[in-house]
Amino acid sequence: MRALLLALLLAAAPALAIPAKAIVDPREMLPDPAQEERARAIGKELRCLVCQNQSIDDSNAGLARDLRRIVRERVAAGDSNEQVIAFVTDRYGDYVRLTPPLNAVTVALWASPAIVLAFGALAVLAFYRRRRAIAPPPPLTEEERARLARLSAE
Amino acid sequence: MIPELGHFALVLALLLAAAQSILPLVGAARGETRGALLMATGPTTAVAHALFVSLSFGCLMWSFAVSDFSVENVAQNSHSLKPMLYKITGTWGNHEGSMLLWLLILALSSGAVAVFGQNLPATLKARVLAVLGMVATGFLLFTLVTSNPFNRVWPLPEDGQDLNPLLQDPGLAFHPPFLYLGYVGTAVAFAFACAALIEGRVDAAWGRWVRPWTLAAWCALTLGIGLGSWWAYYELGWGGFWFWDPVENASLMPWLLATALLHSAIVVEKREALKVWTILLAILTFSLSLLGTFLVRSGVLNSVHAFANDPERGVFILILLAITVGGSLLLFAWRAPSLEPKGIFAPISREGSLVLNNLLLATSCAVVFVGTLYPLFADLAFGARITVGPPFFNAAVFPVFVPLMVAMAVGPLLPWKRADLWAALARLRLAAAIVLVFAVLYIAAVDRRLLPALGFALALWIVLAAATDLADRIRLGRIPFAESLARARGLPRGIVGGIIAHAAVGICLAGIAGKGIAPERITLMRPGETTTVGPHTLRFDGLRDISGPNWRGTAGTLTLLRDGREVATLSPQRRFYPVQRMSTTEAAIRTSGVADLYAVIGETSEEGQTVVRLHWNPLAPWIWVGTVLMAVGGLVSLSDRRLRVGAPARRRREAAVPAPAE
Repeated sequence: MRALLLALLLAAAPALAIPAKAIVDPREMLPDPAQEERARAIGKELRCLVCQNQSIDDSNAGLARDLRRIVRERVAAGDSNEQVIAFVTDRYGDYVRLTPPLNAVTVALWASPAIVLAFGALAVLAFYRRRRAIAPPPPLTEEERARLARLSAE
Repeated sequence: MIPELGHFALVLALLLAAAQSILPLVGAARGETRGALLMATGPTTAVAHALFVSLSFGCLMWSFAVSDFSVENVAQNSHSLKPMLYKITGTWGNHEGSMLLWLLILALSSGAVAVFGQNLPATLKARVLAVLGMVATGFLLFTLVTSNPFNRVWPLPEDGQDLNPLLQDPGLAFHPPFLYLGYVGTAVAFAFACAALIEGRVDAAWGRWVRPWTLAAWCALTLGIGLGSWWAYYELGWGGFWFWDPVENASLMPWLLATALLHSAIVVEKREALKVWTILLAILTFSLSLLGTFLVRSGVLNSVHAFANDPERGVFILILLAITVGGSLLLFAWRAPSLEPKGIFAPISREGSLVLNNLLLATSCAVVFVGTLYPLFADLAFGARITVGPPFFNAAVFPVFVPLMVAMAVGPLLPWKRADLWAALARLRLAAAIVLVFAVLYIAAVDRRLLPALGFALALWIVLAAATDLADRIRLGRIPFAESLARARGLPRGIVGGIIAHAAVGICLAGIAGKGIAPERITLMRPGETTTVGPHTLRFDGLRDISGPNWRGTAGTLTLLRDGREVATLSPQRRFYPVQRMSTTEAAIRTSGVADLYAVIGETSEEGQTVVRLHWNPLAPWIWVGTVLMAVGGLVSLSDRRLRVGAPARRRREAAVPAPAE
């Protein structure tokens, strides 16, 4: 599906290059496995700016490689995950974060699941209340009762 | 000559679709007898419309098959050296061709309603065909005006520009037809909803007519999404299967709502309740299908600027979308209040569980919708460029899905109207006990990560609950086995299909959870070196050059070793397509049915070291086994005599709920 989009985009904007397949080069990796794992986790949170919705961890574009290197430099220098992400965000903006930060712009986004669920639940509640107001079907008449008794006797 | 024929056929189809959208509607308004003649034009125009669109599609396919590069679309998307399969599937591997495929499936659907809908009331059928005709008219116009696939090109190019190599793949070749079958299938449910609103009547019979179409569309959509994600898994080369890409979300949203619709239509059919909501769902499901088309076709999601590059198409679809969605919602607002609510039920009941199903599915759909469109909104409203990526979707959808998964196990065990929740839970106590023991053992002995463990536990819960449902229905263990078997054969197909589909969700979920614990290894290897991933040991045996009809490449050889013996070889490839100047990776996947060993090779350095990326994906094949089983469940359900169009009515078997044990 992504390729379909890419194909269409290519038709519209030939300048956009399709990024080659992601294979993180082991030579990029940090010697300390714990640090490398952190760098990978951070990489999954950062967007490759020239790709379609890919993290820098998934992309083989030149820019993604540079960002991966920056992330590893920061991790090796002792930054925390938040500091590394802040370091990149300061230079590239919130656009680079795959998890949008919580701020005035995104508060509606983050609140949306709860809001939708609350409204849905209220609607369901109202539905059941209205339902209760509907009169139940009239009780059986004598004749129907007799017929029912006859039927159940059979 | 052939392309002109196709173009001409498409214009004729437009005129026929226009007639189909007006004449039967006027006839239906005049009434059964006075309008009979006009209503009879409905099936005729629908069938003729289907024939001419088919002819047109055949002409385009022919142009691709014989590589007629005088046709602009063929020249831009095909190549004389491309294998015949991809020449043919390349017909829909581009914007214009895929629009034509969309039209073809829509035309065939309305033709199918015309031919197989013989037992529909005349006015309802006329109105359904008219609504389908209107949708077809809009999109035929769009295709002819902005996306004509039959434009000629001059001077004649020597050869074509080839199809994007990522699309030259069996998985993706058949992904769009299934997806479109699903999208367009929801158009039929939409047409039934609009027709019912015009008629002002929704009853159990309506529910029964809508269900097979919804079910068929849902099956196709399920398979289409499954094929797409399978393709992403083996072709994109980093082992993922779902990326929360806008284009993926565009297909997931209608699927979520179609799933909800499928379930609420059951309530309409069995209990004549939830009618207004079901109509709304049918309208929304198709609206989201159209929105998906708009999002993909206009490129608006990637950036507002891409949209501006090709505003003609985007604006045209936006107008079509506004007319269809706005018009149908207006119709809904005007007519829905006249639909009389019927069928009372308690919140704890089968109906109540289906209401919960609808609430949660609709919520998850809304969450995906907001997440997908929010970057666009933030850009337009605040001028802020933000990204809403996979971490957001995982975090937002997860809390909605967990209760859905828990509840979907219990719902089928509840009787209609009014139920005893504790009685239903008591029937599941064995399942619950097994799940609990499994969860404790798994966390203690296998893996401490909580999310995958929760996924496995939920998967087991769903499968066991489906098994409990089946066992109870055939009274397994309580009557002689032969009798149980006879009962199993006698179960209505609709029930069997439901049980299969529910269990399939569990199987799929287990596969998804399995990805959460999959180990990977990325390493540099020289020929002769060995490495390990998960329980496996592999030896790298070097590279060799390979070539295909329109590509050349490199294949690596990885030998799977067990106790020093050679068990199998994997041959991941890198390919280069010179015409498109693109390289692709072809992952080598060795599956045992329970786990995948997944290998990709990258570049080779000057020192002769090759990048090798290995994944061991436990349960990964189950993602697609589960997806296919879901569709199988849908098809089994579709084969229920009750839903088969034209089948003589059989005495309805009430869903017999055996008394709880004790």
